[in-house]
Amino acid sequence: MSLVEIRNVHKRFGDVEVLKGVSLDVAQGEVVSLIGRSGSGKTTLLRCINHLESIDAGTITVAGSPVGYRARPDGFHELPERLVARNRRRIGIVFQHFNLFTHMTVLENIAEAPVRVLGEPRGEVNARAMELLERVGLADKAGQYPSELSGGQQQRVAIARALAMRPELMLFDEPTSALDPELVGEVLDVVRDLADDGMTMVIVTHELRFAAEVSDRIVFMHQGQIAESGAPDQVLSHPETEALRAFLARSAFAA
Amino acid sequence: MSTRAHADQAGSTLGAVHPLRHRWRWVAIAIAVLIVAQVLISVVTNEAFRWGTFFEYLFSPQVLNGLGMTLLLTVISMALGIVLGTVIAVWRMSSNPVLSGFAWFFAWLFRGVPTLVQLVFFYNLAALYPVIALGLPWGEPWVAWDTNVVITPMLAAILGLGLNEAAYMSEIIRGGLISVPRGQIEAARGLGMSPWQTFSRIVMPQATRVITPATFGQIIGMLKYTSLVSVLSIGDLLYNVEQIFSRNFQPIPLLMVASVWYLACTSALMVIQHFVERRINRGSRARVASRSRMEKAS
Repeated sequence: MSLVEIRNVHKRFGDVEVLKGVSLDVAQGEVVSLIGRSGSGKTTLLRCINHLESIDAGTITVAGSPVGYRARPDGFHELPERLVARNRRRIGIVFQHFNLFTHMTVLENIAEAPVRVLGEPRGEVNARAMELLERVGLADKAGQYPSELSGGQQQRVAIARALAMRPELMLFDEPTSALDPELVGEVLDVVRDLADDGMTMVIVTHELRFAAEVSDRIVFMHQGQIAESGAPDQVLSHPETEALRAFLARSAFAA
Repeated sequence: MSTRAHADQAGSTLGAVHPLRHRWRWVAIAIAVLIVAQVLISVVTNEAFRWGTFFEYLFSPQVLNGLGMTLLLTVISMALGIVLGTVIAVWRMSSNPVLSGFAWFFAWLFRGVPTLVQLVFFYNLAALYPVIALGLPWGEPWVAWDTNVVITPMLAAILGLGLNEAAYMSEIIRGGLISVPRGQIEAARGLGMSPWQTFSRIVMPQATRVITPATFGQIIGMLKYTSLVSVLSIGDLLYNVEQIFSRNFQPIPLLMVASVWYLACTSALMVIQHFVERRINRGSRARVASRSRMEKAS
């Protein structure tokens, strides 16, 4: 059974249907990258997985249970936010703009959710937070505030913060799009390290080279649907649809 | 020092840098000092201020009792204003149109009607509703009280000042809540934090940075607004001082007594504000910038 099962998901914002029947499976330990033009629905799909966006039709399950909904005989009923929060504990998410809590130090950012949400003892959590900071190479920044860090450092802290909840699935929403070019590498190194560790990940990205290198599968989204999907060199080197060919040409991805 | 370094490099004084001189500043300073000195001298030497009377009443029991009442009313009204104002602000931002409509109506009504009118209205509530009862619109009330017994002048004052303050605070708090970026809330939700945890741990502490300066402005305003309760014959600072000068016909020194106490309280509040802001601004861009500047300088 796949860790993530997305079945025929539809989503509309007002009159615009941004997801038109998307189905996707992500196996345990698999790394899937979502690529496509802006407006193709890839970020929306990612946000639907942990119910930051509601869906209008279809089902999304993580580890066998729906996120944000309760299955009843007559269909899926949306849960109150308080209960959705329980579903989200095991799903980490990293945002384009890092979104570190500005009023907390780096260490406090990482320790907040494990202490408050999981109720783990602070000493234990702080020790784990320091290990994670070590892993992303920022142990010396524990006492600093996010505004004192560079964008790349902030994003690495954001990844450590998500990992502190011991997630079984990590979602990345364009993790390097807001970074200066010279800072992209340090963040991708951390993601690569996670992939090597066997973490299940869904990554929305514009870094096609990186996607090709780190992903088991690349999914190309176009106009709210999955247009192509497969192994990286198959999708990137032998595009089957005109849309993907045009996208790759525009991205200057030298195949 | 850098000036000298430049000069050395150039091998002459050609590279010397002279910062802009502010010559007119000295003229402005001289004028300001003159004005302050003139006012001080006139205040001290002018017999009409009657400093003897001033010092006689500065610590008199009636004045101190009035001061206590003023502080009590300020604390209770502000507490009511902040708690109720937070609820109104959250309702105003609710997606439920009935709640947001009610919150809008509350702010509209209590900001629009003069505070003095509200005070008199609550005091005379018995004329409109002789009995206050709890129950549903139909059927017998569960409990009922005589309005004249329940609404004491003190309660009328607290209701009038507190509800009025809640209306103003709700707008200040709403401004603070709006100022917290959406991404902060999404990050908290993404970590599995409940709505209450998100609000109390993430949103409110950051909104507080925006809310605090304006709130201290409201407290300082409330300190003096409480003098309106004299219409309800409540013995606040100004009312008690008026009582004294209506007997001894020396309004100026007694109004000076009241003013000195108001100024003392305001000064204390400003000191408290300084320390509160220093604490809550941890991690904010401006604060971090000034900290690193100081570290570099030292």
